[in-house]
Amino acid sequence: MSKLYMKGNEAIVEGALKAGVEGFLGYPITPASEIIETFAQRYFADREREKRGEKPLYPKFRLFLQMESEIASINAVMGGASVGCRVMTASSSPGISLKQEGISYLAACELPCVIVNIMRGGPGLGSIQPEQGDYFQAVKGGGHGDYKLIVLAPNSVQEMAEHTMLLFNLTDKYRNPGMILTDGYLGQMKESMEFPDIPIEKYEKPWAVTGIGNRETQNIIESLFLAPEPMIEAKTKLWQKYKKIESNEVRYEIYKVEDAKILVTAYGTPSRIAKAAVDLAREKGVRVGLLRPITLWPFPYKIYADLTTHQIDKVLVVEMSFGQLLEDVKLGVEGRAEVRFYAVYGGIVPTEKDILEKIMELE
Amino acid sequence: MRVSALIPKYPEPQAYLGRTHYCPGCGHSTLHKILGEIIDKLGIRKKVILIEPIGCSVIALNYLKVDGIQGPHGRAPAIATAVKRLRPQNIVITYQGDGDLAAIGTNEIIHAANRGEMFTTIFVNNAVYGMTGGQMAPTTLLGQKSTTTPGGRVAEYCGYPLRVCELLNTLDAPVYLERVSLFDLEHISRTKAAIRKALINQIEKRGFSLVEVLSNCPTNWKMSPQQSWNFVKQEMTKAFPLGVFRDK
Repeated sequence: MSKLYMKGNEAIVEGALKAGVEGFLGYPITPASEIIETFAQRYFADREREKRGEKPLYPKFRLFLQMESEIASINAVMGGASVGCRVMTASSSPGISLKQEGISYLAACELPCVIVNIMRGGPGLGSIQPEQGDYFQAVKGGGHGDYKLIVLAPNSVQEMAEHTMLLFNLTDKYRNPGMILTDGYLGQMKESMEFPDIPIEKYEKPWAVTGIGNRETQNIIESLFLAPEPMIEAKTKLWQKYKKIESNEVRYEIYKVEDAKILVTAYGTPSRIAKAAVDLAREKGVRVGLLRPITLWPFPYKIYADLTTHQIDKVLVVEMSFGQLLEDVKLGVEGRAEVRFYAVYGGIVPTEKDILEKIMELE
Repeated sequence: MRVSALIPKYPEPQAYLGRTHYCPGCGHSTLHKILGEIIDKLGIRKKVILIEPIGCSVIALNYLKVDGIQGPHGRAPAIATAVKRLRPQNIVITYQGDGDLAAIGTNEIIHAANRGEMFTTIFVNNAVYGMTGGQMAPTTLLGQKSTTTPGGRVAEYCGYPLRVCELLNTLDAPVYLERVSLFDLEHISRTKAAIRKALINQIEKRGFSLVEVLSNCPTNWKMSPQQSWNFVKQEMTKAFPLGVFRDK
C-alpha cells in the first residue's frame, strides 16, 4: 500500500469514506474546518462525475450539507442515524458544547454515529490553539442525563483515519454514539500515513425508521418515558450495554513498562512527546514507561491498577488542561502509587525536555 | 403499553389509532384524525415518517400508526432534512407547535424552508405553551394572559405575536404556505384540503410546504371548548389572517 501525506483532519475524512459514511452534516469552526471542506470537495467532485456520466468514487456518500448551526448539524445526524445510515459530524470545542443536547438524545435513543471533536482552547471562546479541556465533557457526559459515548483518542494522522473507521464499526455494533476526541495539533498536523486495513463491519438495523411498510409494529425513535417502569427498563438496558462495552472494548498502548518504576501517562499529542521523553530518560538509565489510553471511555482503569499494584511507584500525568485525565488515572491507581501532574495549557505543548525534567524530578 | 395498542370501537382511518390523551375540546385530536384520513386517502401510510415535536403532541405517534422520530425541542426540521435527503422515497412530515417551531426552533424552520427541503410541516398555532402549563408563546396575542404574562402580553415588553407564514413568505424556496383553522366545520374542511395539497406537493417533489393551523387550548386559556373556538375565530384570526400566502 502506497504512503499518503495529509493533515489529520483530512485523514478523518478518508477514514470515514472508507468506512462507507453515507452522510456528513456540519458547521465550520477552526481548527476543524478542513473536515467539512474535504467532505465538500469529495461530495461535489462525485456530483460532477455523475454529470459527466461517470461513476461516483463514493456511491454511498450521498448526503453532504453545511447546516445553519452546530445544533442543526447534530440533529440532522440524529435524522440520518434514525433511518439507519452511517452519518457523522465534526466540530471543535465551542461547537461540541452546542451539540450536547443532541448528543444526549442520540445516546438515549441508542443511535450510532460518529462525532469528531478537534479540541481547541477553552472555556468560552478560548483560543484556536490546541488544548485538552473537553475530556470531562466527552467521557463523563456533557449533555444531560446518564449516558456514555465510546470515546477514541488518536495520536497520529494514521490513527485519525483508523479510529474513524473503527468507531463506525463500534458505534454500529453497540448502537451507541461515539466520539473521536483529539486536539488541534493532530487535526492540523501533516504526516505520512497508509490506508488502514480495517474491515467494514455490517450490522443489521431492524429498528431503523424507514416507513412502516408491511411491518405490524411501528418503528419509533424516542426517548420519552412518562412512567417510572418503562423509564427504569430503558435505563437498565442502557446501563447493561455500557457494562458490556466496558468489559469488551478497552484499548490502550503500553511502551517500555516491563521493568518500569515510573509511569508517564498521556493521550493525544502529549502522548507522542511523552514517548520521546521516555526514550531520553531510558538513555539516562531511568526505568520509566508510557501508558497511553486509546479508549477514553471505556477507560483502562484495570491496567493502571495492575501496573501500580507491585511494580510502579510513581505516575506522571501529562495533560493539556488543568487535570481531567488526571482524575481517571487516580481512580485507576487508587492510592497504590504517587500521582504527579504536569499541566500544560493555553495553547502550547510540552517539549520532550520539559517532560524529561518532570520524570527526573520523580527519579 | 402504548396507547396505540388500544383498538378503536368504530371504523377509523387505518393510520389513525384514536383515543388521544388531549384535553376535551383540544384541536390536536381533530388534526390528528384529519392527518390520518389524508394519509389513508393518499395511500402513503407505509411510507410516512412523522417527526414529533416537544409539546402536547410529543406522543402523536401513539395515535398515528406510522414510523417516526421524537427529536429535541424545535429541531424537527433539521432531523427531517437528513431523513428526507437520505430517504427521498419516504413521505416526511414534521408536526410542530408554536413554542417548538416559532421560538426554540425558529432557526431550524427558517433554514429548512429556505433550502426548499422536500418535506411537509404542519404548524399548530394555539398561542400558548400547552404542555408546560400555559406560558407565553411567540404567538400569544397582545393583551392575552398567560402564566408568564399574568397581566396580558404587552408589546413594549414582550414584542409582538410572530407571524410564521408571513415570515417564511419572504423566502424564495417554499412552494406552499397557507394558514387555516379548525374553529368550525367549513374551516376544518379547508384545513383538510390544505394538508392534502401540502402532502401532494411532497409526493410530486415540488418543494417545501407549510400549513399553519390556528387551534385552541381551552385548558390553559381557561375557557370552555366553545369559548375557545370563538376566541380563535374572533381574536386569533385578526392577528393571524387566514389564507394562502404562497402557492407556486
